[in-house]
Amino acid sequence: MFHRECGFYKTSYEADQAILAFPIARHAVIGLTLLFLVVVPLFASDYYLSNLSLVGITVVGALGLNILLGYTGQISIGHAAFMSVGAYTAANFAVKLGLPFYITLPLGGCMAALIGILVGIPSLRVKGLYLAIATLAAQFIIEWVINHTPAISGGVAAAIEVERPVLFGWNLNSSLELYYFVIFFAVLAIVATTNLVRSRLGRALIAIRDQDIAAQIIGIGVFRYKLYAFAISSFFAGVTGVLYTYYLGIATYEQFTIITSIDFLAMCIIGGLGSITGSVLGAFFITLLPMVIRIVMESVGPYFMDPADLPTIIGQLRLMFFGGLIMLFLVMEPEGLNRLWLNIRNYFRVWPFSY
Amino acid sequence: MKLLRTLGFAAAATAAMAAANTAQADDIVIGMMCDRTGVTAVTGTVLCPGYHDYIALVNANGGIEGCSVKANEVDIEYKVPPAVEAYQRFKSDGAVLVSPFGTPMVAALLKTMEEDKIPGTSAGFGTAAAANGEKYPYMFPIAASYWSQTAAAVQFAKDKFEGDLNGKKIAYVFYDNPAGREGIPVITELAKQEGFDFRTFAIPVPGIEAGPQVLDITRRFRADFVIAHVFGRAPAVLLKELKRSGYQMDNVIGFVWAGSEGDIAAAGGWDVAEGYNTIQFAGVGSNYPVLEEIRAMYKANGEDPPEEMASTVYYNRGVFQAAVHVKAIENAVKAKGSCDVTGTEVRDGMRQIQDFTLGGLVPPLKITEKDHEGGGYVRVFQVQDGKYVPVTDWYRSYRDTVLRLLEEEHKG
Repeated sequence: MFHRECGFYKTSYEADQAILAFPIARHAVIGLTLLFLVVVPLFASDYYLSNLSLVGITVVGALGLNILLGYTGQISIGHAAFMSVGAYTAANFAVKLGLPFYITLPLGGCMAALIGILVGIPSLRVKGLYLAIATLAAQFIIEWVINHTPAISGGVAAAIEVERPVLFGWNLNSSLELYYFVIFFAVLAIVATTNLVRSRLGRALIAIRDQDIAAQIIGIGVFRYKLYAFAISSFFAGVTGVLYTYYLGIATYEQFTIITSIDFLAMCIIGGLGSITGSVLGAFFITLLPMVIRIVMESVGPYFMDPADLPTIIGQLRLMFFGGLIMLFLVMEPEGLNRLWLNIRNYFRVWPFSY
Repeated sequence: MKLLRTLGFAAAATAAMAAANTAQADDIVIGMMCDRTGVTAVTGTVLCPGYHDYIALVNANGGIEGCSVKANEVDIEYKVPPAVEAYQRFKSDGAVLVSPFGTPMVAALLKTMEEDKIPGTSAGFGTAAAANGEKYPYMFPIAASYWSQTAAAVQFAKDKFEGDLNGKKIAYVFYDNPAGREGIPVITELAKQEGFDFRTFAIPVPGIEAGPQVLDITRRFRADFVIAHVFGRAPAVLLKELKRSGYQMDNVIGFVWAGSEGDIAAAGGWDVAEGYNTIQFAGVGSNYPVLEEIRAMYKANGEDPPEEMASTVYYNRGVFQAAVHVKAIENAVKAKGSCDVTGTEVRDGMRQIQDFTLGGLVPPLKITEKDHEGGGYVRVFQVQDGKYVPVTDWYRSYRDTVLRLLEEEHKG
């Protein structure tokens, strides 16, 4: 229709390797950038901005898990634990040494990556379900350690209050400033992941996912690359934890329980394994689903039920939708929201012809 | 395409209905976080109806000084991000008072609420430190903190042993998370003062296994008295195990989340818990005038009172919370003379609350600028013949010690 793929000739290697090969892709990216950096902040209320900030934070975490789960094929049920590692590292450095966020954020990520490598070591020997249990153990061990080590957790309450991020003397306090703060790192994470998966490292990870023995035969050090995957994934998780800490102004491990890990797994599965668009869509979907269900039920519900029952029903509905959608996606569209998006795109790609 | 079109129509219809359903502008909005699903659903499913019933009663009686109130509820599933979303929603609804539910959620919202100048309450959870109104001007625990509860529990034990705890052995059983450990500094301090021996026993998360701890308490440590700070499934398990080991139940006292009707039913019924003492920050039982009014309100509408009313521990707490909220708004409305109150005015209204007992359901609260806990009063109810019977009046103890520890906490 408005997009033709013929007629674009690549005359240099640079052009051939460009992330956005076609003008429509460039236009779309520019459009999305304008939408999220200019239009949304101009028109959205604090409520929507704070929701989008939460989505932005989850995007980083979902991308991290997708690198491990979708690109390398290694399951992890301990993703939230790495977030708490990042959160507490950053909080401790920020409070005890007074370091600014642009130092604590990478520090939090690196600490999570280190722990991630430790947890990833069993991945050489154990696969699939067994690895799931090993990472589950990591989740509980990390939770326990934070809970019982006042030096890390900052005392009985196991919560450390952190000042809001300060950039060159400018205190990022309002919803809008925090939104930009979060969006910056979300975009950074998207760009980094996009480049990662088309690099040598990324291709090695994909080779391991598809067939690890074959990957070893063609000369990929499987163990080393699996550890890289764990490190990178945990780094993303750590950064997610740091972002949560700065966004909420507090680090508390009770936020990063096994349930959070499952939520992130659900994002990857519903969004689409091994896909960056999928991770972003999954993060949007899981974070905003409760909100959408509530808004819809609150507006439509009073027409066919007693308004007093609504609060009860909304809570249950959300759980039902959450479980039901995961099953539905697993059965009907294992490639997730990303596949739905690709179907729509491919339809319009050749429109008005059928293929 | 047909599907898309249908969806489009549905969306349009929804939007139209949503527009028709928005609240009237002159309502005073309270933001109410609730846990009807998730790990703390046991509490939320009973507490929230109590809250809504009281608000409905106030509106049925003409509102607060003529202003109608609206309690917007969001189920947050005991998770932090939904709580943040819920808070922002309340803020955009123009809420003048919010009530976060759960210790981590209070912690996550503390700062934002102060920035937005919207007061909130955290009855029965949150850190004891939040009682300091000078440090946290917009957070009101309004009920006895875990520190005050620990002090009250020790006092109860002391009265039980005729005023002398010297040489006695007290077991402090707690759920192994930050909230569970909260009482330890206070009991450590009081052990020094009173000369009793105490030991802590942790029940690991998720609190479904208390057998080894109970054996330790009853056989090895041979505790004279047990203070139980447990919640979730743990109270039922603990009661069952204590009963099985033949421990004398009237030497056990549970904190505020360890003694609802639901816990006792889950432990195996009232017989199992006979003699068990529970600390409460709101009155328990059905014989309060305000509950009569709620029943009358239902009757006037030709409905039966909700079954949640039978679970009086949590239902009454919902009523208690709503009553304090309404009282604070009432104070603010009176001071201003119009329904158009702001968060800060409601905060000041909250700080004026005293001599407000609602026929015994509310403790003798006295909230001041400095003391947002309201004095830290509790009342002990004992299980006797299938119901809760008050065995003390509203009381508080070791107030000096608690305040001194608070002071140190803020310095350190």
